[in-house]
Amino acid sequence: MDFGPYLFLASLEGAVTAAVLALTAVGLSLVFGVMRVVNVAHGEFFMLGAVVAWWVASYAGGHPAIGFALALLIAPIVTGAVAAVADFLVLKRLDYDPERTIVATIGLLYIIQQTVLMTYGPEARPVEAPFNVRIYFPWFGYSTYKFFVIGAAVAILLGVWLLMTRTRFGLVMRATQLDRETALAFAIPVDRVYALVFGLGAALAALAAVLIVPIQQAHYLMGGDPLLLSFIVVIIGGLGSLAGTIVAAVLVGMSDGIISVFFSPTLAKIIATLLVALVLVFRPQGLFGKRAL
Amino acid sequence: MPRSRKSPILATRRTVLKSVAAGAGLAAMPGFVRYAQAQSSAPIKIGFQVHRTGIGAAYGRWYDRTTTAAVKLINDAGGINGRPVEIIAEDDGTDPKRGAEVVEKFASQHNCDVGYGTLFSHVVMGSAPRAGEIKLPYFVVSEGHHVASGALNRYTLQPGITDVKSQVKSMAPFVMGNLGKKVTMIFPDYAFGHDHRDFFSAAVEANGGQVIEKIAIPPTETSFTKYFPKIPRETEVIYHVMVGPAVLTFVKEMGEFYGPNKPQIFGFIDSLEAVDLNSPGLEFLDGTYFWEGMPRYTQADQNDYDKHYRAAVGVDDNGASVSDPKDVSTFAHMFGCWETLYVIKAGMEAAGYQGPQDRAKLIEAIEAMTDMPHSNEHPQGAKKFNGRTHQVFGPQYISKVEGGKLVVQHTTAIEDGFYPDETDYTTQSF
Repeated sequence: MDFGPYLFLASLEGAVTAAVLALTAVGLSLVFGVMRVVNVAHGEFFMLGAVVAWWVASYAGGHPAIGFALALLIAPIVTGAVAAVADFLVLKRLDYDPERTIVATIGLLYIIQQTVLMTYGPEARPVEAPFNVRIYFPWFGYSTYKFFVIGAAVAILLGVWLLMTRTRFGLVMRATQLDRETALAFAIPVDRVYALVFGLGAALAALAAVLIVPIQQAHYLMGGDPLLLSFIVVIIGGLGSLAGTIVAAVLVGMSDGIISVFFSPTLAKIIATLLVALVLVFRPQGLFGKRAL
Repeated sequence: MPRSRKSPILATRRTVLKSVAAGAGLAAMPGFVRYAQAQSSAPIKIGFQVHRTGIGAAYGRWYDRTTTAAVKLINDAGGINGRPVEIIAEDDGTDPKRGAEVVEKFASQHNCDVGYGTLFSHVVMGSAPRAGEIKLPYFVVSEGHHVASGALNRYTLQPGITDVKSQVKSMAPFVMGNLGKKVTMIFPDYAFGHDHRDFFSAAVEANGGQVIEKIAIPPTETSFTKYFPKIPRETEVIYHVMVGPAVLTFVKEMGEFYGPNKPQIFGFIDSLEAVDLNSPGLEFLDGTYFWEGMPRYTQADQNDYDKHYRAAVGVDDNGASVSDPKDVSTFAHMFGCWETLYVIKAGMEAAGYQGPQDRAKLIEAIEAMTDMPHSNEHPQGAKKFNGRTHQVFGPQYISKVEGGKLVVQHTTAIEDGFYPDETDYTTQSF
């Protein structure tokens, strides 16, 4: 294939990766920013979103778009609820102690993974895309659904940004992030904010999964890759910085797409990991992060 | 899942000592000949190493069903040497390390007579050396070339399914003659894929063709579009073989990439095992070719053996479960379980197998086997077993997708897949 179209395809693939990654990583970043919890179970919430999407879509019947639309609504709610309950039952009892919450979320990871294995089973199952149209460029064909994924991710991220900057809940979240004690003194129900944030983070991962599941399939082990990549993105972007997370997601996603196409996917992963190491050495707070107080 | 009945953690030292003493006393008593008697009625235990979880799960589910069906028939017909057969199933998570542990458990905890059933080649490679060390006859159903290559040991046999080297050798002439000479190969980047890469390339060259590009894909990959630009434009035939949970994505994205202007496509059905051929996005496969170990769809000239086998396992005319038409089987591979179990039965009967002390005799009996006729015991087709390389050879099927079904176009002869021996396990000592 000639260089031009080759690069075009690579960029498209990169953009899809970046879009999904940005959604997933923003969830992780939000949880860390507000709660100071490193959520190792984040990838499992992603997986849970995909599995719930499969369930919803397979029970919905009718046109695949109906099932998909329902999944887009139900999967984040269910996953968010599971996360909020986990926060109430586990993380809250640990007083959000940084070390202990890491161990707790590792436990959560296995509980979710094994529960899905026991109920949903070990198969990879597809969710039908809401529409199945392909565009044929002169050099190659491409699924229009992948463009939809990019658009939807951008829309959702805009929504998150509006939520953070323009609403009362966003204000409360930012206040809690800035100073927990002062927020408490101003009668902000920090416990409830934490549960909501943890739920919101999980719901964002679930949304990303619903978008990806017509391309890939729902499988109980699918949470590993998004977790690793989200951590890479969040560390490069700066833990807790939403803008940094999105910039880093685009950077990592696009470079992953382009390097995978031109060289090899393994090299793409090596470079991303190397980048993390460099960031940790030379700018530990991340590209956009602020130094810890 | 059956577990060890003894739990040493719960027993105190005193009770353990007591029972050991009692057992020793009992064994020393004259007439205590429980397992020494001529005809034991204790079940023959076959350790079934099954990929219940991990990337081989879809295969594991159907290997399990096929095994259960075959064992039921064997037991209904009187078992082996008058003893019932018991399957001890253990999940290996499709993981080589866990596989070796499972093999060990079969021998030391469950007292299995033989181990059996492993599919994924990296798990076979991880488990077989251990089986050799603990001298447990180990029957794999994997199609990998590792048995016949001489890389394993005298205790490892593959008597139920043809290996990749033989499969591709017998099919290459058809591909070269009917589809094209310039081939691009897409395969998973581990032992099984490397078998395809090496042996198909050699077979293509032997038939006057050329492999112009080899694209290796990591087995855990989930997205494939990025690999397709590497397919050179002058490619006449794409040869693809993929495994794992992402196979549907792979084939779908290949369709998206090419659309109607695709080259000829020849795939190993592995790329679509346990996947409905009529899944949305797979329409482009119409007119492409597949290798099948055994035809998934009932063919017009169906024989009685195929009918018997489908009915026993519970598979309908489309290769799906009779209870759920969406649950598509791994039809091209799972016959290997059925046939292997019947080989174990025939071997144990020929060896007069009584217990673990006869393991060497069992292996010698199977090494002595040659012809296996097309029958209810061998529903995939007649086979020839090579005792020196521990590998069986059978016919292969090349099918074309027509109207959402696979229709057999060509059946290879057993001899098409023969190649010179690369090892002689019979010279190894037990």
